[in-house]
Amino acid sequence: MARGYRPRLEREPVSALMLGVPLISVMLGSVMTLLPFIATAPILPPLGLIMLLAWRFLVRDLWPAWIGLPLGLFDDLLSGQPLGSAAFIWTILLLIIEVFDRRMMWRDFTQDWIIGGTLIATALFLGLGFASLDGGGANPLLLVPQIVISGLCLPLALRICAVLDRLRWRL
Amino acid sequence: MAPPSPRRSGFSRRAQYGIFATYVIAVIGAIFALLLALTERLDPKGHAALQLVVSDLTAPLSQLGRSVTSGLGGVGETIGAYFNAASKNKAMEAELRASRVKLVQGQADAMEVKRLKQLLAVRDVATQPIIAARLVSSSSSSSRRYATLAAGRNAGVVEGQVVRSVDGLIGSVIQAGQISARVRMIIDGKSIIPVKRASDNTPAQIIGLGDGRLEVRGLAAGQSPFKPGDVFITSGAGGVYRPGIPVAVVTQRTQSRTFARPAADPTSFDYALVEAPFVAPPPLPQAEQDAEAADKAVSSQ
Repeated sequence: MARGYRPRLEREPVSALMLGVPLISVMLGSVMTLLPFIATAPILPPLGLIMLLAWRFLVRDLWPAWIGLPLGLFDDLLSGQPLGSAAFIWTILLLIIEVFDRRMMWRDFTQDWIIGGTLIATALFLGLGFASLDGGGANPLLLVPQIVISGLCLPLALRICAVLDRLRWRL
Repeated sequence: MAPPSPRRSGFSRRAQYGIFATYVIAVIGAIFALLLALTERLDPKGHAALQLVVSDLTAPLSQLGRSVTSGLGGVGETIGAYFNAASKNKAMEAELRASRVKLVQGQADAMEVKRLKQLLAVRDVATQPIIAARLVSSSSSSSRRYATLAAGRNAGVVEGQVVRSVDGLIGSVIQAGQISARVRMIIDGKSIIPVKRASDNTPAQIIGLGDGRLEVRGLAAGQSPFKPGDVFITSGAGGVYRPGIPVAVVTQRTQSRTFARPAADPTSFDYALVEAPFVAPPPLPQAEQDAEAADKAVSSQ
């Protein structure tokens, strides 16, 4: 038997990767705010949230219901929003998706896209609310470009998650 | 058949309780997170501490990226410079000739000012920048306009200091970590800066709108006297921002509002200078007494 041979059948996937790949991909999405450019308006989509929703739509029993808490807290640490805001919003969004799972058992891609887009828009408006708690209120219309870009990012994120999903089973 | 929901666990009591527990944790956790976010205004320092630790850890990474991207931005400009090179050259030569004349006038004026200042015995308070550092990243997905400065307490940066570039005012430091600091830019929705029009000292306020624009509000009642092209500089009123830093240029005027863009283009910040907050000289005691006396006279009437 050649060195480095691994059987292709009856192989157990690596459990660290099975959980680690989705977690790290969401956290990488949150880290994108560190990109070295100075934005004059909120233009970067909330990539952490988009990755989280994409994973949730793709593999729905991947995570326990509370996964939004730690991932949201991590996002808060980087995003400049008040600490706890994303933790709250993300958890609530995941619970809302649970409700959709009960009501609409068969969902196609378009429906997932609409649900996801609406949830992201909700998250951005709530985030604006949290950010203006201490007086930095901005015009809600300001969020429209960000919402549109986020909506367009969602199918792309689903694709990336699908590739990562295959990867984590094969490695 | 509908796909079996992973959240419905059949008849196993243990599995049912396990799934129920995850919902309980999620809801309780969400409530705690909400409280945490709502109490931010009561204890901003405690909340900022954690974010600053992370910012300290990640600022060097962004700084590394910043040096690469500023190089890339330069490539585009270099290529763009070749287009219309001849006509640009002509225009620039004309401008150069005109500005040479103005330069001579300016030198003469500077001499005159110096002489007058000596005459009046006015002392210039020289403000030395505390440090020059890079602005490395910003809160691009948030609706607040914060930037991260790659210098912190170790370099003498503390809260309340003023951040400016060579072109104009950038903002002020709101939180300082060990090696990084968070800067609230003037385009943030919470920023208000007392300014005056550079040409005739008309007082005004400049307020951030959060979308990259600024709004100019005159202090005097009546229709706004400002028109596109007006330059505003800090007036120094109330301290913090020392007088004479360029802040904004008016771009657009509507029926009721006047909009401006920052004098220092936020997207091209490279190095920022951190300065100590300006302390306005205290009013003369004699003037104060006079004012009080006048107040009393008014109230007794």
